[in-house]
Amino acid sequence: MNEVLDDIDRRIVVATQGGLPVVAEPYRAVAESLGLAPGVVMARLQALLDRGAIRRIGVVPNHYAIGYVANGMSVWDVEDDRADEIGAWLGTREAVTHCYRRPRHRPMWNFNLFAMVHGRSRAEVADLVATLHEGMEACFPGACRTLAILYSNRIYKKTGLRIAA
Amino acid sequence: MSGLPMVEALLQSPAPLDDLDRAIINALQGGFPICERPFAVAAGQLGIGEAELLARVDVLMARKVLTRFGPLFQIERLGGAFCLAAMAVPGDRLEAVAAQVNAFPQVAHNYGRDHTLNLWFVLATETPAGVAEAVAVIEAATGYPVFSFPKEKEYFVDMRLRA
Repeated sequence: MNEVLDDIDRRIVVATQGGLPVVAEPYRAVAESLGLAPGVVMARLQALLDRGAIRRIGVVPNHYAIGYVANGMSVWDVEDDRADEIGAWLGTREAVTHCYRRPRHRPMWNFNLFAMVHGRSRAEVADLVATLHEGMEACFPGACRTLAILYSNRIYKKTGLRIAA
Repeated sequence: MSGLPMVEALLQSPAPLDDLDRAIINALQGGFPICERPFAVAAGQLGIGEAELLARVDVLMARKVLTRFGPLFQIERLGGAFCLAAMAVPGDRLEAVAAQVNAFPQVAHNYGRDHTLNLWFVLATETPAGVAEAVAVIEAATGYPVFSFPKEKEYFVDMRLRA
Protein backbone atom coordinates (compact mmCIF):
# COMPACT_ATOMS: atom_id res chain seq x y z
CA MET A 1 0.00 0.00 0.00
CA ASN A 2 3.06 2.22 0.22
CA GLU A 3 2.56 3.92 -3.13
CA VAL A 4 -0.88 5.27 -2.23
CA LEU A 5 -0.45 5.96 1.47
CA ASP A 6 2.46 7.85 2.94
CA ASP A 7 3.67 7.08 6.42
CA ILE A 8 1.37 9.57 8.16
CA ASP A 9 -1.70 8.35 6.24
CA ARG A 10 -0.82 4.80 7.09
CA ARG A 11 -0.50 5.54 10.80
CA ILE A 12 -3.87 7.29 10.73
CA VAL A 13 -5.50 4.36 8.91
CA VAL A 14 -4.07 1.89 11.41
CA ALA A 15 -5.19 4.05 14.34
CA THR A 16 -8.76 4.51 13.06
CA GLN A 17 -9.59 1.27 11.22
CA GLY A 18 -10.99 -0.18 14.43
CA GLY A 19 -13.10 2.94 14.93
CA LEU A 20 -12.93 6.39 16.49
CA PRO A 21 -13.35 7.00 20.22
CA VAL A 22 -16.81 8.21 21.24
CA VAL A 23 -15.62 11.45 22.86
CA ALA A 24 -16.34 15.10 22.22
CA GLU A 25 -13.08 15.57 20.30
CA PRO A 26 -12.39 12.23 18.61
CA TYR A 27 -9.89 13.57 16.08
CA ARG A 28 -7.86 15.25 18.84
CA ALA A 29 -7.80 11.93 20.72
CA VAL A 30 -6.45 10.13 17.63
CA ALA A 31 -3.93 12.90 17.03
CA GLU A 32 -2.65 12.74 20.61
CA SER A 33 -2.24 8.98 20.41
CA LEU A 34 -0.09 9.45 17.30
CA GLY A 35 1.83 12.54 18.40
CA LEU A 36 0.31 14.58 15.56
CA ALA A 37 -1.54 17.88 15.52
CA PRO A 38 -5.35 17.51 15.39
CA GLY A 39 -5.40 19.66 12.26
CA VAL A 40 -3.12 17.20 10.48
CA VAL A 41 -5.36 14.24 11.34
CA MET A 42 -8.48 16.10 10.21
CA ALA A 43 -6.86 17.27 6.97
CA ARG A 44 -5.58 13.78 6.16
CA LEU A 45 -8.97 12.17 6.84
CA GLN A 46 -10.67 14.82 4.70
CA ALA A 47 -8.22 14.13 1.86
CA LEU A 48 -8.79 10.35 2.14
CA LEU A 49 -12.54 10.99 2.03
CA ASP A 50 -12.22 13.32 -0.96
CA ARG A 51 -10.30 10.75 -2.98
CA GLY A 52 -12.62 7.89 -2.07
CA ALA A 53 -10.18 5.98 0.15
CA ILE A 54 -12.74 6.51 2.92
CA ARG A 55 -16.26 5.68 1.74
CA ARG A 56 -17.90 7.50 4.64
CA ILE A 57 -17.44 8.35 8.30
CA GLY A 58 -20.20 7.42 10.69
CA VAL A 59 -21.89 4.61 12.53
CA VAL A 60 -22.58 1.09 11.28
CA PRO A 61 -25.70 -0.47 12.77
CA ASN A 62 -25.98 -4.17 13.45
CA HIS A 63 -28.59 -5.08 10.83
CA TYR A 64 -30.22 -7.58 13.14
CA ALA A 65 -30.54 -5.06 15.98
CA ILE A 66 -32.43 -2.60 13.79
CA GLY A 67 -34.80 -5.27 12.56
CA TYR A 68 -33.23 -6.51 9.34
CA VAL A 69 -33.05 -10.11 10.46
CA ALA A 70 -33.15 -11.58 6.96
CA ASN A 71 -30.32 -11.06 4.51
CA GLY A 72 -30.64 -12.62 1.11
CA MET A 73 -27.95 -12.68 -1.52
CA SER A 74 -30.00 -12.69 -4.71
CA VAL A 75 -28.08 -14.15 -7.63
CA TRP A 76 -29.10 -13.97 -11.25
CA ASP A 77 -28.07 -15.78 -14.41
CA VAL A 78 -28.52 -13.18 -17.12
CA GLU A 79 -27.31 -12.99 -20.69
CA ASP A 80 -23.72 -11.78 -20.72
CA ASP A 81 -24.23 -9.10 -23.32
CA ARG A 82 -27.04 -7.55 -21.27
CA ALA A 83 -25.48 -8.08 -17.84
CA ASP A 84 -24.19 -4.52 -17.49
CA GLU A 85 -27.45 -2.76 -18.28
CA ILE A 86 -29.35 -5.17 -16.04
CA GLY A 87 -26.78 -4.77 -13.25
CA ALA A 88 -27.02 -1.00 -13.48
CA TRP A 89 -30.82 -1.26 -13.31
CA LEU A 90 -30.72 -3.67 -10.33
CA GLY A 91 -28.35 -1.35 -8.51
CA THR A 92 -30.87 1.48 -8.66
CA ARG A 93 -33.67 -0.55 -7.03
CA GLU A 94 -34.34 0.62 -3.50
CA ALA A 95 -34.21 -2.85 -1.95
CA VAL A 96 -30.65 -3.49 -3.14
CA THR A 97 -27.73 -2.43 -0.92
CA HIS A 98 -24.97 -3.62 -3.22
CA CYS A 99 -24.82 -5.07 -6.68
CA TYR A 100 -21.94 -6.62 -8.61
CA ARG A 101 -21.14 -8.71 -11.67
CA ARG A 102 -18.98 -11.71 -10.78
CA PRO A 103 -17.60 -14.73 -12.68
CA ARG A 104 -19.54 -17.96 -13.14
CA HIS A 105 -18.09 -21.32 -12.07
CA ARG A 106 -19.97 -23.72 -14.31
CA PRO A 107 -21.47 -26.21 -13.68
CA MET A 108 -21.43 -25.51 -9.94
CA TRP A 109 -22.42 -21.86 -10.29
CA ASN A 110 -24.18 -20.28 -13.27
CA PHE A 111 -25.06 -16.89 -11.78
CA ASN A 112 -23.29 -13.70 -12.87
CA LEU A 113 -25.13 -10.87 -11.06
CA PHE A 114 -25.22 -10.54 -7.28
CA ALA A 115 -27.60 -8.16 -5.48
CA MET A 116 -27.87 -8.11 -1.69
CA VAL A 117 -31.36 -7.58 -0.29
CA HIS A 118 -32.14 -6.95 3.40
CA GLY A 119 -35.55 -7.40 4.98
CA ARG A 120 -37.39 -7.91 8.24
CA SER A 121 -38.16 -11.54 7.40
CA ARG A 122 -37.27 -14.10 4.73
CA ALA A 123 -40.79 -13.66 3.37
CA GLU A 124 -40.17 -9.94 2.95
CA VAL A 125 -36.87 -10.60 1.17
CA ALA A 126 -38.58 -13.14 -1.10
CA ASP A 127 -41.28 -10.59 -1.94
CA LEU A 128 -38.69 -7.91 -2.66
CA VAL A 129 -36.77 -10.28 -4.94
CA ALA A 130 -39.99 -11.36 -6.70
CA THR A 131 -40.74 -7.70 -7.36
CA LEU A 132 -37.21 -7.22 -8.70
CA HIS A 133 -37.72 -10.21 -10.99
CA GLU A 134 -41.03 -8.85 -12.31
CA GLY A 135 -39.43 -5.48 -12.96
CA MET A 136 -36.51 -7.12 -14.71
CA GLU A 137 -38.81 -9.16 -16.93
CA ALA A 138 -40.72 -6.01 -17.83
CA CYS A 139 -37.56 -4.05 -18.68
CA PHE A 140 -35.39 -6.86 -20.10
CA PRO A 141 -37.76 -9.61 -21.31
CA GLY A 142 -36.23 -13.07 -21.30
CA ALA A 143 -32.75 -11.91 -20.26
CA CYS A 144 -32.82 -13.64 -16.88
CA ARG A 145 -32.62 -17.43 -17.14
CA THR A 146 -32.64 -18.37 -13.45
CA LEU A 147 -32.28 -16.76 -10.07
CA ALA A 148 -31.78 -17.90 -6.50
CA ILE A 149 -31.75 -16.34 -3.05
CA LEU A 150 -29.04 -17.49 -0.69
CA TYR A 151 -30.13 -16.57 2.83
CA SER A 152 -27.51 -16.25 5.50
CA ASN A 153 -28.07 -18.74 8.28
CA ARG A 154 -25.04 -17.95 10.41
CA ILE A 155 -22.49 -15.18 10.86
CA TYR A 156 -19.18 -16.83 11.62
CA LYS A 157 -17.10 -13.66 11.44
CA LYS A 158 -17.61 -9.99 10.77
CA THR A 159 -14.73 -7.59 11.14
CA GLY A 160 -13.64 -4.56 9.22
CA LEU A 161 -10.54 -4.20 7.19
CA ARG A 162 -7.33 -4.61 9.15
CA ILE A 163 -4.04 -3.50 7.74
CA ALA A 164 -0.84 -4.23 9.59
CA ALA A 165 0.81 -1.46 11.59
CA MET B 1 -21.86 17.45 33.59
CA SER B 2 -20.35 14.03 33.08
CA GLY B 3 -22.04 11.79 30.52
CA LEU B 4 -21.63 8.74 32.72
CA PRO B 5 -24.83 8.83 34.82
CA MET B 6 -26.80 9.29 31.61
CA VAL B 7 -25.08 6.24 30.09
CA GLU B 8 -25.87 4.12 33.14
CA ALA B 9 -29.48 5.22 33.14
CA LEU B 10 -29.87 4.38 29.45
CA LEU B 11 -28.16 0.99 29.82
CA GLN B 12 -30.65 0.02 32.51
CA SER B 13 -33.56 1.07 30.37
CA PRO B 14 -35.42 -1.96 29.03
CA ALA B 15 -36.80 -0.01 26.08
CA PRO B 16 -35.62 -1.19 22.66
CA LEU B 17 -34.94 1.70 20.26
CA ASP B 18 -36.83 4.93 20.69
CA ASP B 19 -37.42 7.55 18.02
CA LEU B 20 -34.28 9.47 18.95
CA ASP B 21 -32.13 6.33 18.71
CA ARG B 22 -33.53 5.70 15.24
CA ALA B 23 -32.98 9.30 14.19
CA ILE B 24 -29.38 9.10 15.40
CA ILE B 25 -28.73 5.82 13.58
CA ASN B 26 -30.25 7.17 10.37
CA ALA B 27 -28.45 10.51 10.53
CA LEU B 28 -25.03 9.22 11.50
CA GLN B 29 -24.56 6.46 8.91
CA GLY B 30 -22.59 8.87 6.79
CA GLY B 31 -21.43 12.44 6.64
CA PHE B 32 -20.08 12.59 10.18
CA PRO B 33 -18.33 15.97 10.35
CA ILE B 34 -14.58 16.38 10.34
CA CYS B 35 -14.06 19.26 12.76
CA GLU B 36 -12.94 19.83 16.35
CA ARG B 37 -16.32 19.10 17.94
CA PRO B 38 -18.12 16.86 15.44
CA PHE B 39 -20.61 15.48 17.95
CA ALA B 40 -21.67 19.03 18.82
CA VAL B 41 -22.32 19.74 15.11
CA ALA B 42 -24.16 16.46 14.54
CA ALA B 43 -26.17 16.95 17.74
CA GLY B 44 -27.20 20.42 16.60
CA GLN B 45 -28.58 18.95 13.39
CA LEU B 46 -30.59 16.47 15.46
CA GLY B 47 -31.83 19.19 17.81
CA ILE B 48 -30.16 17.70 20.90
CA GLY B 49 -27.08 18.50 22.98
CA GLU B 50 -23.56 17.17 22.49
CA ALA B 51 -23.56 15.29 25.82
CA GLU B 52 -26.84 13.57 25.02
CA LEU B 53 -25.62 12.45 21.59
CA LEU B 54 -22.36 11.12 23.06
CA ALA B 55 -24.30 9.22 25.72
CA ARG B 56 -26.72 7.76 23.19
CA VAL B 57 -23.95 6.62 20.85
CA ASP B 58 -22.05 5.15 23.80
CA VAL B 59 -25.07 3.13 24.84
CA LEU B 60 -25.90 2.00 21.30
CA MET B 61 -22.30 0.78 20.95
CA ALA B 62 -22.43 -0.94 24.36
CA ARG B 63 -25.70 -2.64 23.41
CA LYS B 64 -24.11 -3.64 20.08
CA VAL B 65 -26.90 -1.93 18.17
CA LEU B 66 -24.00 -0.14 16.52
CA THR B 67 -21.07 -2.33 15.54
CA ARG B 68 -18.78 0.48 14.59
CA PHE B 69 -18.18 4.20 14.68
CA GLY B 70 -15.50 5.74 12.49
CA PRO B 71 -14.22 5.89 8.93
CA LEU B 72 -15.11 3.08 6.51
CA PHE B 73 -12.12 2.55 4.27
CA GLN B 74 -12.33 1.51 0.63
CA ILE B 75 -9.54 -1.03 0.60
CA GLU B 76 -8.97 -0.93 -3.17
CA ARG B 77 -8.28 2.81 -2.98
CA LEU B 78 -5.67 2.01 -0.33
CA GLY B 79 -3.93 -0.35 -2.75
CA GLY B 80 -5.45 -3.54 -1.36
CA ALA B 81 -8.07 -5.94 -2.62
CA PHE B 82 -11.40 -7.48 -1.64
CA CYS B 83 -12.66 -10.78 -2.99
CA LEU B 84 -15.79 -12.79 -2.27
CA ALA B 85 -15.12 -16.53 -2.03
CA ALA B 86 -17.14 -19.62 -1.30
CA MET B 87 -16.69 -23.28 -0.42
CA ALA B 88 -18.90 -26.36 -0.49
CA VAL B 89 -18.34 -28.07 2.85
CA PRO B 90 -20.07 -31.25 4.06
CA GLY B 91 -22.55 -30.37 6.81
CA ASP B 92 -20.76 -32.30 9.53
CA ARG B 93 -17.50 -30.48 8.76
CA LEU B 94 -18.99 -26.99 8.45
CA GLU B 95 -18.36 -25.73 11.99
CA ALA B 96 -14.76 -26.91 12.00
CA VAL B 97 -14.00 -25.55 8.55
CA ALA B 98 -15.67 -22.22 9.34
CA ALA B 99 -13.41 -21.92 12.38
CA GLN B 100 -10.36 -22.72 10.25
CA VAL B 101 -11.37 -20.07 7.74
CA ASN B 102 -12.06 -17.51 10.49
CA ALA B 103 -8.54 -17.97 11.82
CA PHE B 104 -7.03 -16.32 8.74
CA PRO B 105 -6.62 -12.56 9.28
CA GLN B 106 -7.39 -11.98 5.59
CA VAL B 107 -10.97 -13.18 6.20
CA ALA B 108 -13.07 -10.10 7.00
CA HIS B 109 -16.56 -11.64 6.91
CA ASN B 110 -17.67 -15.25 6.92
CA TYR B 111 -21.30 -16.34 6.56
CA GLY B 112 -23.12 -19.62 6.34
CA ARG B 113 -25.65 -19.65 3.50
CA ASP B 114 -28.29 -22.10 2.31
CA HIS B 115 -26.75 -23.61 -0.84
CA THR B 116 -24.34 -26.35 -1.93
CA LEU B 117 -21.79 -23.54 -1.69
CA ASN B 118 -22.57 -23.13 1.99
CA LEU B 119 -19.68 -21.05 3.34
CA TRP B 120 -19.22 -17.54 1.92
CA PHE B 121 -16.45 -15.26 3.03
CA VAL B 122 -14.79 -12.02 2.04
CA LEU B 123 -11.03 -11.81 1.72
CA ALA B 124 -9.50 -8.40 2.37
CA THR B 125 -5.80 -8.26 1.56
CA GLU B 126 -3.19 -5.54 1.47
CA THR B 127 -2.19 -6.30 -2.11
CA PRO B 128 -4.09 -7.74 -5.09
CA ALA B 129 -1.69 -10.72 -5.11
CA GLY B 130 -2.70 -11.46 -1.53
CA VAL B 131 -6.10 -12.76 -2.66
CA ALA B 132 -4.64 -15.69 -4.61
CA GLU B 133 -2.24 -16.41 -1.75
CA ALA B 134 -5.11 -16.46 0.74
CA VAL B 135 -7.15 -18.78 -1.49
CA ALA B 136 -4.20 -21.16 -1.75
CA VAL B 137 -3.51 -21.28 1.99
CA ILE B 138 -7.19 -21.76 2.84
CA GLU B 139 -7.45 -24.63 0.33
CA ALA B 140 -4.31 -26.19 1.78
CA ALA B 141 -5.50 -25.80 5.38
CA THR B 142 -9.03 -27.10 4.83
CA GLY B 143 -8.62 -29.56 1.97
CA TYR B 144 -11.63 -28.10 0.12
CA PRO B 145 -11.57 -26.04 -3.08
CA VAL B 146 -12.22 -22.32 -2.77
CA PHE B 147 -14.27 -20.70 -5.52
CA SER B 148 -13.40 -17.07 -5.90
CA PHE B 149 -15.84 -14.42 -7.05
CA PRO B 150 -13.85 -11.25 -7.69
CA LYS B 151 -16.06 -8.37 -8.65
CA GLU B 152 -15.91 -7.77 -12.38
CA LYS B 153 -18.07 -4.71 -12.12
CA GLU B 154 -19.57 -2.72 -9.25
CA TYR B 155 -22.96 -1.21 -10.09
CA PHE B 156 -23.96 0.12 -6.71
CA VAL B 157 -22.88 0.10 -3.09
CA ASP B 158 -24.73 1.81 -0.29
CA MET B 159 -25.00 -0.29 2.81
CA ARG B 160 -26.99 2.27 4.77
CA LEU B 161 -30.29 0.88 6.08
CA ARG B 162 -33.06 2.88 7.71
CA ALA B 163 -33.57 2.05 11.39
